[in-house]
Amino acid sequence: MSVTIRLPSQLRALVGGAGEVAVEGATVRAALGALDATHPGLAARILDDRGELRRFVNVFLADEDVRFLDGLDTPVTSGQTISLVPAVAGG
Amino acid sequence: MSFVSGLKCRECGTPYPAEALYVCDVCFGPLEVAYDLAAAKASLSRSSIESGPPSMWRYGALLPDPGDQPVDLGAGWTPLRRARRLGEALGVRELWLKDDTRNPTGSFKDRVVSVALSSARRLGFSTAAAASTGNLATSVAAHAAAIGWPSVILIPADLEKSKIAMTAIFGGTVLGVEGTYDDVNRLCVELVAEHPEWAFANVNLRPYYAEGSKTLAFEIAEQLGWRTPAQIVVPLASGSQLTKIAKGFREFIDLSLVEGTEPVYFGAQAAGCSPIARAFASGANVVRPERPNTIARSLAIGNPADGPFVLDELRATGGDCGSVPDDETLECIELLARTEGIFAETAGGVTIASLRQLIGRGAIDPERSIVAIISGHGLKTLDAVSATATFTRVITPSLTAAEAAIASTALVGAS
Repeated sequence: MSVTIRLPSQLRALVGGAGEVAVEGATVRAALGALDATHPGLAARILDDRGELRRFVNVFLADEDVRFLDGLDTPVTSGQTISLVPAVAGG
Repeated sequence: MSFVSGLKCRECGTPYPAEALYVCDVCFGPLEVAYDLAAAKASLSRSSIESGPPSMWRYGALLPDPGDQPVDLGAGWTPLRRARRLGEALGVRELWLKDDTRNPTGSFKDRVVSVALSSARRLGFSTAAAASTGNLATSVAAHAAAIGWPSVILIPADLEKSKIAMTAIFGGTVLGVEGTYDDVNRLCVELVAEHPEWAFANVNLRPYYAEGSKTLAFEIAEQLGWRTPAQIVVPLASGSQLTKIAKGFREFIDLSLVEGTEPVYFGAQAAGCSPIARAFASGANVVRPERPNTIARSLAIGNPADGPFVLDELRATGGDCGSVPDDETLECIELLARTEGIFAETAGGVTIASLRQLIGRGAIDPERSIVAIISGHGLKTLDAVSATATFTRVITPSLTAAEAAIASTALVGAS
């Protein structure tokens, strides 16, 4: 599955300044793993020591918060967009 | 003078300079303003504060540097009222209401906006922006208008009519977004990446903005005669207000300005949007988002940014969180109005209904002092009450008709 990952400004330096990166993966977790394989260190910024999402990162798949779906194990289909968005805003 | 020493990640402690930054590069945690409290302690006293202006800026030493002068429509220094009749109705001995309906645009948001736009101007910005459930929108639009700045405001398109009008009247760009507040908020996080030249009060200026809520704690402590209340009930949307009230009380305690210990914190949510109350009840330390469905639109944030910190504060002090259905919210808007003469928006109804619920289940001690935050004015949510808050009777202009109508109705409020 080829999916697009949209990155927040805080992570763009790790991928050479790009706002979007195309990766392969069958789930959100696999897609993030693929991103980390080509850009080492990226997963550690999003995931905690146990490999779960950090408290202050929101992940959206096709504009839906993955915590409404199956979290990091949510399946992805080809052409979908995963957005990583900082949680600390608003209110 | 201000004693700001920089910004610091609340989650992992990484320090940052006092610039327009809001997310920790290391862990995505929120950045907070840090102060040199040792230096502040040497020069701050009760009397130095008491000789300051009758506004929230009397606490300027413990707020971000506003530059030459703050962007200020007169926010803060609102009344803290002893609520004897409501206290009696709820069966508690010492109840106080922090009446923040009295702010320039009718809600506590004027406190945070005054700080945010002052910092924004000092940092060189010249356009104000916000993602809002309504009250922040109005406040940002008003403060921007007063300093001649353009503003870009994003709110849910189906918001209360009064809040849309109260915002649009100030002449900024007001975008109605077809979605929930959480959709609006996410859009703004992406927008700020494309428009870093805009000062989003609650996104890239959020560390400064949030500090404004500390002044609620400062004022309450000073108005109680330089002591902390035993218990405090705070409405929860993003959770920032409660988190910063706690920071404010802690700073005053660290500076030895007040008698007493930290209050026990209680949150107030609507049952139709209670992600923090649910997480608290389940023992979780993260908040699972939900889709809001409540008349309390100003609290309708399904994915609250400061939720995890609110859980920490409630648990550290032995607090709890109320979750009340909309009919109880409406009933308590009336109860507050009819016992104390204060007309609150739906968030105030949620707060009083939660207070009642928490007293009822023994979480709040009726013998110890309680402060409840009334965060916004009832004129903002007139639609919520207009079905029942209406004429007792409509009559012809004759004495007979008037006397007949009066005779047929009990004189309300004569108790």
